Amino acid sequence: MSTIYIDNKQYEVKAGKNLLEACLGLGIDLPYFCWHPALGSVGACRQCAVKVFKDENDTHGRLVMSCMESIRDGLHLSVSDKTAKAFRSQVIEWLMTNHPHDCPVCDEGGSCHLQDMTVMTGHDYRRYHYKKRTYTNQYLGPFIHHEMNRCIQCYRCVRYYHEYAGGKDLNVFAAHNHVYFGRERDGILESPFSGNLVEVCPTGVFTDKTLREHYTRKWDLTTAPSVCNHCSVGCNTIAGERYGQLRCITNRYNSQVNGYFLCDRGRFGYEFVNSANRITQPLIRNRTVEAVDEAVLMDHLRALLTNHTLIGIGSPRASMESNIALMQLVGKENFYQGISDNAVFVEKRIVEVMQSGVIKTASLHDIQQSDAIVILGEDLWNTAPVMALAVRQGVMKTAAHQALQNRAIAEWHDAAVKELVQQEKGFLANCTVSSSPLDEISSSVMHKAPEDLARLGFAIAQRLNMVLPVVQLNDDMSTPAAVIAAALQKAKRPVIISGAGYYNEALIRAAFDIAAACKATAEEVHLAYVMPECNSMGLAMMQASGFENAVLRTSRVNNVTAIVLENDLYRNVPAQIADVFFNNCQHCIVLDSLHNATTQHADVLIPAASFAEADGTLVNYEGRAQRFYQVFVPANKNMQESWKWLMKMQPVQTGSAVERSYHPEEVLAMGEQLLPRLSGITAVAPPRNFRVNGQPLPRAPHRYSGRTAMLSNLTVSEPKPKQDYDSPFTFTMEGYSGMPPSPLIPFFWSPGWNSNQAVNKYQEEPGGSLKNEHAGKLLFEYKQDATPVYFKDIPEAFMVRHEKWLLLPQYEVFGSEELSAYSKGISELSPSPYAALSQLDADPLSLVNGSLITVKIFEQVYELPVRINAAIPKGVMLMPAGLAGMPVMAWNSWVQIISIRL
Amino acid sequence: MSATEHILIVVGVLFVLLNIAAGLIWVERRLLALWQDRLGPNRAGPLGVLIVLADTLKLFFKEDWIPPFADKWVFILAPAIVVGSVLLSFVVIPFAPGIVVADLNIGILFFLAMSSLGVYSIVLGGWASNNKYALLGALRGASQMIAYEVFMGLSLMGVVMLSGSFNLGDIVAAQQNLWFVVTQPVGFVIFFIAGIAETHRLPFDIPEAESELIAGYHAEYSGMKFGMFFIGEYLGITLISAMIVTLFFGGWLGPAFLPPLAWFVIKLFFFIGLFILLRASLPRPRYDQLISYGWKIILAIVLANLLITGAIALWLRG
Amino acid sequence: MISHLRTMWLVFLHLFKKKVTIEYPEEKAELHPRYRGRIVLTKDPDGGERCVGCYLCAVACPVDCIALQATEDENGRRYPDFFRINFSRCIFCGYCEDACPTYAIQLIPDFEMADYNRQNLVFEKEDLLIDSQGKYPGYNFYRVAGLEAGVKKKGEGENEEKPVDVHSLLP
Repeated sequence: MSTIYIDNKQYEVKAGKNLLEACLGLGIDLPYFCWHPALGSVGACRQCAVKVFKDENDTHGRLVMSCMESIRDGLHLSVSDKTAKAFRSQVIEWLMTNHPHDCPVCDEGGSCHLQDMTVMTGHDYRRYHYKKRTYTNQYLGPFIHHEMNRCIQCYRCVRYYHEYAGGKDLNVFAAHNHVYFGRERDGILESPFSGNLVEVCPTGVFTDKTLREHYTRKWDLTTAPSVCNHCSVGCNTIAGERYGQLRCITNRYNSQVNGYFLCDRGRFGYEFVNSANRITQPLIRNRTVEAVDEAVLMDHLRALLTNHTLIGIGSPRASMESNIALMQLVGKENFYQGISDNAVFVEKRIVEVMQSGVIKTASLHDIQQSDAIVILGEDLWNTAPVMALAVRQGVMKTAAHQALQNRAIAEWHDAAVKELVQQEKGFLANCTVSSSPLDEISSSVMHKAPEDLARLGFAIAQRLNMVLPVVQLNDDMSTPAAVIAAALQKAKRPVIISGAGYYNEALIRAAFDIAAACKATAEEVHLAYVMPECNSMGLAMMQASGFENAVLRTSRVNNVTAIVLENDLYRNVPAQIADVFFNNCQHCIVLDSLHNATTQHADVLIPAASFAEADGTLVNYEGRAQRFYQVFVPANKNMQESWKWLMKMQPVQTGSAVERSYHPEEVLAMGEQLLPRLSGITAVAPPRNFRVNGQPLPRAPHRYSGRTAMLSNLTVSEPKPKQDYDSPFTFTMEGYSGMPPSPLIPFFWSPGWNSNQAVNKYQEEPGGSLKNEHAGKLLFEYKQDATPVYFKDIPEAFMVRHEKWLLLPQYEVFGSEELSAYSKGISELSPSPYAALSQLDADPLSLVNGSLITVKIFEQVYELPVRINAAIPKGVMLMPAGLAGMPVMAWNSWVQIISIRL
Repeated sequence: MSATEHILIVVGVLFVLLNIAAGLIWVERRLLALWQDRLGPNRAGPLGVLIVLADTLKLFFKEDWIPPFADKWVFILAPAIVVGSVLLSFVVIPFAPGIVVADLNIGILFFLAMSSLGVYSIVLGGWASNNKYALLGALRGASQMIAYEVFMGLSLMGVVMLSGSFNLGDIVAAQQNLWFVVTQPVGFVIFFIAGIAETHRLPFDIPEAESELIAGYHAEYSGMKFGMFFIGEYLGITLISAMIVTLFFGGWLGPAFLPPLAWFVIKLFFFIGLFILLRASLPRPRYDQLISYGWKIILAIVLANLLITGAIALWLRG
Repeated sequence: MISHLRTMWLVFLHLFKKKVTIEYPEEKAELHPRYRGRIVLTKDPDGGERCVGCYLCAVACPVDCIALQATEDENGRRYPDFFRINFSRCIFCGYCEDACPTYAIQLIPDFEMADYNRQNLVFEKEDLLIDSQGKYPGYNFYRVAGLEAGVKKKGEGENEEKPVDVHSLLP
C-alpha cells in the first residue's frame, strides 16, 4: 500500500497501479478513453490529465496523463486543479470538432462513454465553426454495424481486436487526422469475439447490428442477470427485454468467469427467444382440436401420468431446476440423461475426477493467470470460445511477466510491454485433432487422433512422475512430450484443459494424470474439462444413465409414458435409436421452447420458457452453479418454466388436490435431498425474499420510459405490474435504486456513467472483483490432502485402417450449438456440411477441395463436399457437428467412402 | 306552547338550519370567487345554487371508505358528534320572540357546554384515523379549543353581568335600548376571535391546515362522513354568527317595518359573510403563534375587560 | 389589527371589480402561438417524417405516456415504427418538445381534446402526424447529421468535408 494525496486528501492505494486506476478505484470521476482495465494504458487520448506536484510545497505542479503515471508513496496530485480541468475539457472539445450530430440516431446514445465523458468535463457548446471530417463505412458482417464518422481515434478497437483477441482483419489505416479503423476492404469480421467491439468502442463506431433490428435504448430495457446458455463456460450476461421481446445480450462483468468479454455466439445467439418457431400452446396430438389450455392439459395428463411407467429424459441444456423437477416426478431410477451412452461415460469420468478433489478446477481467471497451459484433445476455439480467449490472455500475460522481470516497467504500461515482449509467447501446448487459431500462439502444436493425444498425455505425465508406466511414443511425439513436460515442470501455475468433445474417455484420464503429476512441482495446478452444453456438468452430476438405457427399458416395459425435457434427441443420438424410443413409448410428453424433430413425436407438447422467461440454475464446466433470472414475463401465459410445469404435474400424478407453487430454491433443495452430490447448490444465489433496506431490486433503470403508453393501445387502463415471487427482483423500475449485490446486478449504471464503463463503480478496483463478489457456487470441493490415484491403463495407439476413416466431430463456433443457430447472423456464418480429410488421405484419392464424396456410416449414406486440411491426422475424417439439418453421426465409428465425384 | 307547535318549531329550525348549512357551500364558493375576481360556480341551476345538490350527490356517491387500520366505531362516531353538538347548541337560540326550541335559563352555559363537546369529534376522528397527520391535527384542535374555550366563556361574562341573566331571551331583551356591542366592544371582538377559533375556520383552521397537514384530522375521511365534518363546520359558522347576533347585536330586535325573524336572519347573514370575508383575506398564523397569542394576550385583555365591566357595573348600581 | 381590517376592506371591494373569468365554451380564450397544448409530429421540408425514433421524448416524459419503437428504412433512415401518446396521462408539460433533437414533436395551441371514452385519448402515429413543419420551418435533421440515410451522401451535409480517401497519402 502507498499513501497518496489527491487534492490534499490522504488516501491509501495499492502500489503498482497507475493514478487513473487509483482515482477510479477511490470513486473519483476522471474521464478517459484509450485506457481499459483489460487493455492497459497507452496514454493516447490525453483525456485523463491530472496535475502532479513535486511535494506538498509545490503549488505549480505539472500536467501528466494519469494513466501513464505510477503511484509513488507520498505523491501529491490534483484532479480538480483548474488547469487540469481546462485541459481535459479542451481535449474533449477537440475530439468533438469532428464528431457528427448523430446522437439521436446513434445506437450508442444513452450508453455512450463519449457522452458521459463530455458531460463530465463540461464541454457543451461547439466553438469550432469549420467543417467536419467524414468517412465512408464498411460492411463488417451480420453482427457489427460500422459508422466511422463517430470515431474519436482512441485505438481501443484495434488494441482489443488485434492484440487482445488475436484478430487480424481489423486494423488502423491512413495517417494523421485521416486514420481509419476498419478492414482492408468490406467483409465479415473473422474473429468470433468481434461483438466486444460494441462494448470496447467508447462511442458509436461499432454498434450491435442485431439490436438495430429492434432498437431500444439502454434505459428502456428491462434487464436481468443471466447466464449464457450456448456453451459450458457459463459467461455472465445481461439480457434485455422491451415490448415482450428479447432485445440484446450484453456482458455482465464477473472477475472469476468471463471478465469483460463475450463471444459472438453468446452475444448474438439470443434470437431464438423471439423465433417464430417457438411453441406457444400446449398441444394434445391426434385430436380434433389439438391446442388446449392448461386445465384440459392437466386433465389429459392425469391419465398419462397414472397407471403408466414414467420415464424421464433429462437435458443438458435445461436448468438444474427442470432436471431435478423431472427426476422428482418420475423417480430417481426412471430418470435418464438425454444424451448418448458414450457421452454419459465420458462425462461421468469427468465428474468422478472433479469430485475426487485432487485438482482445483480452473476458472477462466485461473487460466488467465496461468503460466503454462496444455490443451489436450479439445477444440477450445469452437467449443468454449471465451475459454480460448482466456488461454490467449494467459499466454500473453506470461510473456509479459517474463519480459518484465527485473525491469522497472509496470504491467499496465501496454505499449512499453508490447515493445519488450515482441513475438515472445508464454507456454501453450495445443494438442488437438485439427488446426485452430490458437495454434499461432502455441509453443507446441500437435494434431493427432484422440487416442494418440491421450497417449501423449500419459507420456507427459510419466515424464513428470517417473513412477507412472512408460508410454512408447513415435519420435514425432516423444520430443514434444518432453518439451511439454519440461515446460510444466518449470511452471508455477499450470492449467490442463481437456474436454468431452471427442467422446474419448482416455483423454480425460490423461489430462488428470498430467495435472496430478504437476502437483509435485507447481504451486497451484488447475484442471478444466470443457463440456458439450451449458448444463452438461449439472446433468452429469445427477449420475443418471444414458439414453440407450432408456431405450432398452422401453423395450421391456409396455405402458411407458416418457417425459422428454427440453431435449432434441435427434441431435444427441442417431435417428434410428430415437425412432425406436418413440415407437416403444405408449405416450410421449415433450416440454420444449422450440419445435424440432423431437417435438414432432410428442403426443403431448408443452411450451417451455426459454432462459429469458425463466429462472434457473446452470452448472458450468468447472462445477460452478450460477443462477440466471427471468428477464420478462411472456405475454403468452403458456410459456412457463419446465420445472413449473413438472411441479404442477406432481399433484396430478399423486392425485393429491393440494396445488401449490414452487420457487427455484425449493426445487434445488429437493435436488439436494435426491442427490447429496449437489449439496450446497441452494447457496447459488440470495433467497427470493432477499431485500435491500426492505426493498426488492428493480429490473428496469429508473428512467425506464413509456410505462403508461406501451400497452395503452390494448386498453387505456394500465395493468398491474407483473409480480415476481421467485426472485428478489421487480419487473419495473420500482425498488432499491442503489448498487445491488454482485449476483443480482441487472445492469451497470452509476450517476454520470451510463455506458457499461460504469462497471468501474461496481468493482473493488478497476479490473478487479466486484464488490462482495459472489460468483456462483462451486459444487466441487478441492481437498488439500487428497492423494491422487493415477490412471494407468493407457489406450492403444491409433492405427490407420485401410480405406476406412475414424469419424470425429468438428465443432463450429457458429452453427454447432442448437439454440444460437436460430439467430439470423449466426446461421449466416455457420458453414454448410462438409467432410474434412487430411491432405495425406486426399491425395491418393485425388480429392480436391469441394469434391463430393459419398460416405457410408452404419448403413446410412451421405454425400458431402470435401475440405482438405493439412493439419488433420491421417485416417481421420471430420464432419461439422450439430449443424441445423445435419443428422447426428455415430462419432468415433469407422466410415467408408463409397463413391467420389470430382 | 302546545306540543304540536313545539314539534313544528323543532322540525322547522332543524330544516332551516341544515338548509342554510348546505346553502353556505354555494354562498361561500360564490363569495370567495367574487372577492378573488372570479365568478365561482354558476352553471348548475340559477346562479349555480344547484352546486349544493351536485356536491351532496357527489358526496353520497363517493366510496364510503373506512381505512383498514382505523378504529372503526370511533371513526364512524366522530363526524356524528360534531353535527350533533352544534345542532344541540341551537336549542337555546331565540330566533324571534316565541321561536326558540328550549328557553333555558342557563342558555349561555348550555351553549358553552355543547360547543366545547365539538372538540371530541376532532380528537376522536384524528385518533381513530390512525394516521400521523390526522393525529397532529387532532392534537392541535384540542389545544386550540382548550385555549379559546376559556376566552369565549370569559368574554361573555361581561354581557351576562350587564344583562344579569344567562337566558338568551333575557339578554336580547336587555338590548332593547342599546346593543351590547356598544357597551362590550372588547367582549365582542374577543368572542368573535374565539368563535373563529372554535369553528376552526380560516384563518384559524390550524387543525386541518391543508398546506401543512394535508387536511388534518379528517384526512382519512371520505364520502358522507367527510360531508358531516363539512356540514358541521358550516353549522358552526351559523351558530357563532347567531350567538354574536343574539349577544351583541340585539338578536331579533330592529325597526318594526320588518318582522323580528327577518332582522335576525339579516344580521345572521351579515356575520356569516364576515366569516367568509375573513377566509378570503387573512392568512393562517403559525400554530404556536396562535396559542401564545391566546394565552398571553387575549387572556389578559379579557380578564381586564371583565374587571372593568364589573367595576363599572358596580359603580352604576352603586 | 388595522392592517387586517384594511385587508378585509380591500378584499371586500373586489366584489365590485371586473371578473377575469372567461366563460368557456361560450367564450374562447385567445391562445398564443406557442401555447403548449396538443402534441403533434411534424414533417421536414422534404415531406419526410421528422421523428427519428431517438426515444428522448419518451425518457423526458415525467408521466411516461410516450411509447415508440424505432425502425429503419432501406436507406438507413430511422423513423418510428409506432409512436403512441396516451393523452389521458399527458400533463402537457412540454418536456418532450424540449427534448426533441429534430423538432419533430411540437405542442400546438389546441387543448380541446376531451372525450367521454378514455381509450379515444390514445393517439397513434397516424393521429399525431401532421403535414406541416410547425414552428421550425426549414430544418431537416438528416442534412446536419453525420450518417447517410438517403437524404444526403457522406460529406454532402451542411457542415461536412468530402469523405477521407483512406488510400491517399497526401496530408
